[in-house]
Amino acid sequence: MTTIADPKAPRPPKPRPARLTTRGNTELYGWVFMRASGVILVVLIFGHLFVNLVAGEGISAIDFGFVAGKWASPFWQIWDLLMLWLAMIHGTNGVRTIINDYAERDGVRLALKASLYLAFVVVVVLGTLVIFTFDPCPAGSPADLLPSFCTTA
Amino acid sequence: MPAAPAPSGVPATRKVPAGTLYRGREGMWSWVAHRVTGVAIFFFLLVHVLDTSLVRVSPEAYNDVIGTYKNPIMGLGEAGLVAAIVFHAFNGIRIILVDFWAKGPKYQRVMLWVVMGLFAVTMAGFLPRHLMHVFGGE
Repeated sequence: MTTIADPKAPRPPKPRPARLTTRGNTELYGWVFMRASGVILVVLIFGHLFVNLVAGEGISAIDFGFVAGKWASPFWQIWDLLMLWLAMIHGTNGVRTIINDYAERDGVRLALKASLYLAFVVVVVLGTLVIFTFDPCPAGSPADLLPSFCTTA
Repeated sequence: MPAAPAPSGVPATRKVPAGTLYRGREGMWSWVAHRVTGVAIFFFLLVHVLDTSLVRVSPEAYNDVIGTYKNPIMGLGEAGLVAAIVFHAFNGIRIILVDFWAKGPKYQRVMLWVVMGLFAVTMAGFLPRHLMHVFGGE
């Protein structure tokens, strides 16, 4: 006759992996973010490319007046702000994944990711400031370089 | 990561490493292309935010630098950049369908050819117009 364990007995502890590779669900949220932001970025960037490179005179029409004309409207300010933040987070997370995959030495990996995060902060802060502190009609600039509403207003 | 079970219908005796959806052939090469185009776009994005920031310096500074984007060599570079973005965008949608659509894994290879078709159509619409702007054909 075989004895079976007491049903109320405590369970033996589960064997744990030797090294925990992630804590919490951060990588899952990153994975979801890549897909969600990707869908939005397709719309934002295709729209950006169409308006700047295809419509009208395309790239030959891009100058200070063109940019000032766009950012005079909150619509394009929000569009470009969203594009900046989503693309920078999406791209930084993508490059982070690639660094984790290929940089095997701890020091190299750490240094690459530190420069990546530094670049992220600099570019996102600079871009955000430029969108919101931009002056379409800077004083003392020649009128022919400025959008037409600078002189008519 | 533990290997996923082989999809049904695949003979258990095949020679190639079983159990991964992406290894070898179209799945792997589209993955490689997705990484390469992604990194290229990311580095352009860093430069692009910096050059656009010159609008905060002066109209002259911005116009000088954006003027260099209009020469033919940079114009070809922009064509390459747009090609990278268009591939990354369409292939990214394919990845989302592979992950979330029940039949995505079954049709992942077909969807890559759809991606290439849409890529060809989009570039056929974009390239002539952009190159005319760059090379002054109109």
